[in-house]
Amino acid sequence: MRKVIAVIVENEHGVLARVVNMFAARGYNILSLTVAPIPNSDLSRMTIMSEGEPKVFEQIVKQLYKLIPVYKVIESDNFIEKEMAMVKFSLENNLADIDALARCYNGSISNVGEDTIVVSVVDRPVRIDNFLKAIKKFKPIEIVRSGVSVIER
Amino acid sequence: MVISGAKMVIEALLKEGVEVVFGYPGGAIMQVYDELYKYKGKIKHILTKHEQGAIHAADGYARSSGKVGVAFVTSGPGITNAVTGIATAYTDSVPLVVISGQVPVNAIGTDAFQEIDAVGITRPCTKHNFLVKSVEELPFILKEAFYLARSGRPGPIHIDIPKDVTIKEGKFTYPEKIELKTYRPTLKGNKRAIKRAVEAIASAKRPLFYIGGGAVASGSYKLVRELVKITQIPAVETLMGRGVLRHDCPYLLGMVGMHGSYAANMGMAEADLIISLGARFDDRVTGKLDEFAKNAEIVHIDIDPSQIGKVVETKYPIVGDLKLVLEDMLPLIVEKVTPERYQEWRELVFRYNELHPLTYQDSDEVIKPQWVIERTGELAPDDALITTDVGQHQMWTAQFYPFNFPRQLITSGGLGTMGFGFPASLGVKEAFPDRVVINFTGDGSIMMNIQEILTGTRYKLPVINIILNNNYLGMVRQWQTMFYQDRLSETDLSGEHQPDFVKLAESMGGIGFNVETKEEFDRAFKEALESGKVAFLNVKVDRREDVLPMVPPNSPLKNILVFKEGQE
Ligand SMILES: Cc1ncc(C[n+]2csc(CCOP(=O)(O)OP(=O)(O)O)c2C)c(N)n1
Repeated sequence: MRKVIAVIVENEHGVLARVVNMFAARGYNILSLTVAPIPNSDLSRMTIMSEGEPKVFEQIVKQLYKLIPVYKVIESDNFIEKEMAMVKFSLENNLADIDALARCYNGSISNVGEDTIVVSVVDRPVRIDNFLKAIKKFKPIEIVRSGVSVIER
Repeated sequence: MVISGAKMVIEALLKEGVEVVFGYPGGAIMQVYDELYKYKGKIKHILTKHEQGAIHAADGYARSSGKVGVAFVTSGPGITNAVTGIATAYTDSVPLVVISGQVPVNAIGTDAFQEIDAVGITRPCTKHNFLVKSVEELPFILKEAFYLARSGRPGPIHIDIPKDVTIKEGKFTYPEKIELKTYRPTLKGNKRAIKRAVEAIASAKRPLFYIGGGAVASGSYKLVRELVKITQIPAVETLMGRGVLRHDCPYLLGMVGMHGSYAANMGMAEADLIISLGARFDDRVTGKLDEFAKNAEIVHIDIDPSQIGKVVETKYPIVGDLKLVLEDMLPLIVEKVTPERYQEWRELVFRYNELHPLTYQDSDEVIKPQWVIERTGELAPDDALITTDVGQHQMWTAQFYPFNFPRQLITSGGLGTMGFGFPASLGVKEAFPDRVVINFTGDGSIMMNIQEILTGTRYKLPVINIILNNNYLGMVRQWQTMFYQDRLSETDLSGEHQPDFVKLAESMGGIGFNVETKEEFDRAFKEALESGKVAFLNVKVDRREDVLPMVPPNSPLKNILVFKEGQE
């Protein structure tokens, strides 16, 4: 089962290692991970997407709570999930087609260089998957995904 | 007060009421040792022969006294040698503060001499750890370390201090109190949850108290005894819960688990309500999990929420300090529970104790290991403190020694660390110099920290080691016999594997006895007591004795083996 949790932690050295180790020690792969400070606080927010058995997850969440610098673990069925992707194409493509496609996924052309352009889109992770399928025919040179971030509705 | 980081360490120890530090110096921790030198007479240091010994000694000190155990080690090999000790304390929730030296801050990450990522190594085996990056943060970290070690579910805390931080000076104000935004251990239990649990107990037909190490750590044994007395509900103890009830308590079915009594395990198997008082449903207790407590509901009281529901489905969870929960629970129990209700159940389970009591076949030809334990129980004073190593002798001790109070048995339950018992016993003796301290050990385990005889001699810590010498790594040998058709791969310790324990002890200022008869045992025990030296009773016991009963690994509890094959 795929699952996303948000972990609010004290912003200090070693805290990422502590959190990630809970997954590593159980042989769980982290599919995506984002971390950034929470404005006007000394806390950071991590969003972790992983895959595994619900029972093991429950245990991971409890163990995360046990970590001293962990303030809160947020689990919810009611998350808004967003992810960003940046894709680099050769300028030889039809720019209008690419631009139109990007717009369908809340995106735009971010940069036009000498012989490449970079497009960025922000959308739900499944929609990002679809976008990446759709742009295959333009032979992307490089694809970067940000990992998912979530907020409760 | 502006002082060096090293001085802050010592000042903090004094503020925390620390009387003794166990440790071993080296380059990165020298500044702290130099400061310690100036505090002679105010704080005692015990120099062990190996860092593992230092941590186990601090651990034994902590487990027996309930205080925080403190140890100093140096960087690199100092802290790696300490890791087994730290992990041992971690799995049994023992409060320790371990302080290690580290290379200077700007040398970290350069593969400097004796540099190792110490906090990386201890992270999974400490409750929390710190790498101190500046002298300014040191006072708070020291305070936090002691607070974390002893509060909530206790555990070892490791502080890694770079050498330059110990040299630099900073302002020292030791915080009186500490509050952490992210750490607030739940102490009081939820009232509604407690009420529901009491109702479950009152309406159960076959309830059972399942008492674990949490009942020791929380200091709630008196309340547990009262609870058992009032309700007359049968009780079982885990290895870590030994002594919470007196061994002769009429409601105690004995120890539960792989080598627990028949009655205790059958009680667990047949109960309709299992009430865990600080026990954690370890796999050595549940047997095959799919078949564990199939017909039982669970009440689980634990200070650590991650323990609840970890192994078994728990209908009545109560998160809180057992002592506070029991204080709230007892009045309700008095009101709602009538002991007569469980009469039939009591008779049933105690009949199991008559059917298959915990026993052994004594012999006139050879000393039985169980006899040694029982006999020691008779010869030693009631308030003697007992440590063990790991193996058959550990299980026999847990089964046959007449425990009277919590913290009387000190043993590595969770990690099962051979080599724990002897250094731990030195720490126990340091905490209780006027008590008799006995370490039951095996001829395998004792060799793992034998160097600490010198520590016992040097610091006048005369403990009595009773080696149940079967010339085998007995517990492994037993499994080979039972599950590997007696192919004894690398477990025979006869011949040149055996040292001369008498000479060995004497060479380091101890005293040793070779014991082959019961009379010799009595005499040696008496002489050991009177010698005032670290003593070794090398007792030749029946080589092929097995620990029974036994729930075979991964079997349901009811499949417990009571007899040796071919014997009845
Ligand atoms: C450090 C360590 N290494 C290995 C083991 C595995 N082990 C468990 S019991 C045992 C045999 C112990 O033999 P001994 O100390 O002679 O005790 P006996 O079982 O004979 O009473 C071994 C090797 C362990 N528990 N700890």
